Amino acid sequence: MKIVVLMKRVPDLVEDLEVDGSGKALATEHLKLTVNEFDDHALEEGLLLKETSGGELTVVALDAADVDKMLFTALAKGADRVLKITGAANVEGNTGLAAVFEEVLSAQEHDLILTGVQAADDRDGQLGPIVAALLDVPCVEVVTQVEVGEPGEGMVTVHKEYSGGVVAELEISLPAVLGIQAARQSPRYAPVSKVRQIQQSATIETLAGAGESSGAAAGGGSGFSVVEMTAPETGAGAQMLAGVDELMAVLEAKGVV
Amino acid sequence: MPERSTYKTTTARRAPRDEGFVQDEQVILEGVDISGQWNKMYEPREIVDYDLTHLEELTAIPGAESMGWCYQCAQCIPACPVDTAGGDYGPRKIFRRLQTGMDLFDHQDMWLCTSCQNCVRVCPKEVDMVEIMPAARAQAVLDGRNVPGELLEMFQNVAEYGNPMGESARRRTRWTRKAGVDIRLLPKNPGPVDVLWFVGDYYAFHNRGVDAAQAMARVFSRLGVDFGILGVDERTDGDSQRLAGEPGLFEEVAEHNLEQFGKYEFGKIVVSGPHAYNAIKNEYPRVSHGKTGGDTYPVEHYTQFLAQQVDALAPLLSGSFARKVTFHDPCYLGRHNGEYDAPRRLLEAVPGIEFVEMYRCKAQGYCCGGGGGGMWLDGFAAEHQMERLSENRVKEAVEVGAEVLAVCCPYEVSRFEDAVKSTDNDGKLEVLDIIEILDACMEPIGEGVA
Repeated sequence: MKIVVLMKRVPDLVEDLEVDGSGKALATEHLKLTVNEFDDHALEEGLLLKETSGGELTVVALDAADVDKMLFTALAKGADRVLKITGAANVEGNTGLAAVFEEVLSAQEHDLILTGVQAADDRDGQLGPIVAALLDVPCVEVVTQVEVGEPGEGMVTVHKEYSGGVVAELEISLPAVLGIQAARQSPRYAPVSKVRQIQQSATIETLAGAGESSGAAAGGGSGFSVVEMTAPETGAGAQMLAGVDELMAVLEAKGVV
Repeated sequence: MPERSTYKTTTARRAPRDEGFVQDEQVILEGVDISGQWNKMYEPREIVDYDLTHLEELTAIPGAESMGWCYQCAQCIPACPVDTAGGDYGPRKIFRRLQTGMDLFDHQDMWLCTSCQNCVRVCPKEVDMVEIMPAARAQAVLDGRNVPGELLEMFQNVAEYGNPMGESARRRTRWTRKAGVDIRLLPKNPGPVDVLWFVGDYYAFHNRGVDAAQAMARVFSRLGVDFGILGVDERTDGDSQRLAGEPGLFEEVAEHNLEQFGKYEFGKIVVSGPHAYNAIKNEYPRVSHGKTGGDTYPVEHYTQFLAQQVDALAPLLSGSFARKVTFHDPCYLGRHNGEYDAPRRLLEAVPGIEFVEMYRCKAQGYCCGGGGGGMWLDGFAAEHQMERLSENRVKEAVEVGAEVLAVCCPYEVSRFEDAVKSTDNDGKLEVLDIIEILDACMEPIGEGVA
């Protein structure tokens, strides 16, 4: 089975985020990027799948600060190939990103495409579905487990999480896109000595992305633009209530009861 | 006496070692029949047949060979701080368990050693846990075999942020704002300095460590020390990562720090922590770095640096510190690097102080439990020991009647303050870095002085 994991780097929340002069984007001067946590889980689930069922795992990522280290780390964890897409830094939102990935995926063999269900810098969870739509393949989001074998050739069984603790078991035909919520185990640690060793011997394959035209390829841009970006306003603080009587008094004062 | 024929049948038996009983033999010496049973003592015999697979797997790892040299004398057991804290531990026990089938890679014994070196001090066979454990752990980390999650989280933080707390590197200089004195940040102001002060993670980020860092800056300033710090470009010294089984990570941070050292002109490095001291003094020279290979820098622990200047320091100590104080020897300043006097000389210089030694001091000092990765294995250790090593130590400080437990390792203030609370000694024992005591005895300067 050919497994492809789509990964990206997102702003690291360990730093205080600042809005730049335009008021529409994050200031990049001190911005540190880190791997999107959900993508790290997608990689882990892919590696577990590869270990139990065999196959080849390829990681695809957009060029970004420290992306090489992320890709070498993926190789140290057990990925077989890593691809870096350059020249696509200015893609707009997940529509643009999906178009870049679709272009790459069209040229790569793929049975199963895994990516994080969402990312810290969008939270819209649309990357997986748009990639699937562009490739015209099925997609399942909020997946917590993937298994091969039981339904037979060309199928996988996935667990999809719903709110309220409900889990659905779905059979899905390949190729397919899965948005991973959490892998079956925590993403594994890659020993630095292994990463450094791989850094000496392995190569990152580089592909030129379609860049800013990608949005158009997906059907006329991302369809949204950022109007304003601000830090959340600090609220007035919470009022601590001592008991039901106080709660009732507040509700009555608000005209709720 | 039996008939000769009986003997003949007996001697026709196969070798005794094969059948497990003793062979009779007919011997006639100078015409006298001295036939009889051989004494068992002269026969090769096998008492128990051990399967040494797991022991041999361990001793095959470069660095871990000496585990096989143990002859079970057990001198290490009373010397082992983990055993004393109810951990059922020590080299002798580990060897015996390996001999009787334990796979260290599946066992908690892999992670309990704090690399304090007290067992090495007493071992007649030179079984060196400080070499064995890091080598074995490195294999466990490389193979992903049962490494405690707490430890992996710390490794990940160091790999990503250069410090075990996972703090932003940009916040490394935040403590300087309230030090009350100017602190030269070498990346911004790179001229030559006498002293490059390697501040360390706990001094820079931990809320009690920050107190000591600010005290150090003020003491240096009053003494007129020309010093600078690496600020945001400093990374963890890497010693604990190396001992906990991540040599690659150690090399990565060591190379980074060596590269920073190479950028500036300075007379010597002064460090806050014994682990930084050990790393820069003994380990960094082995790290291949750039074109030149390992670099050796003159390095001193802050107690050594200040003890040399005690004549200049003493007149500045105008206040009195009239309290009963004991001192905890850090393993990596004392046992590992032989420095017992410098911290004591500083404490003796404090006016009004009443100094008392604990029973286990200097070369026999008891470990705080933070070394060898123990700092990040608190939950793991709690599952396998009756108490924390720091709790055991705090009880001793209370027993000798100390009001203050003085320390000079950045790990220890947090460890011992927690232990004071968990042993119900809150209010009875205060934990202070020596530099905090010195600072408190000097004329206040700056807004950071309480």
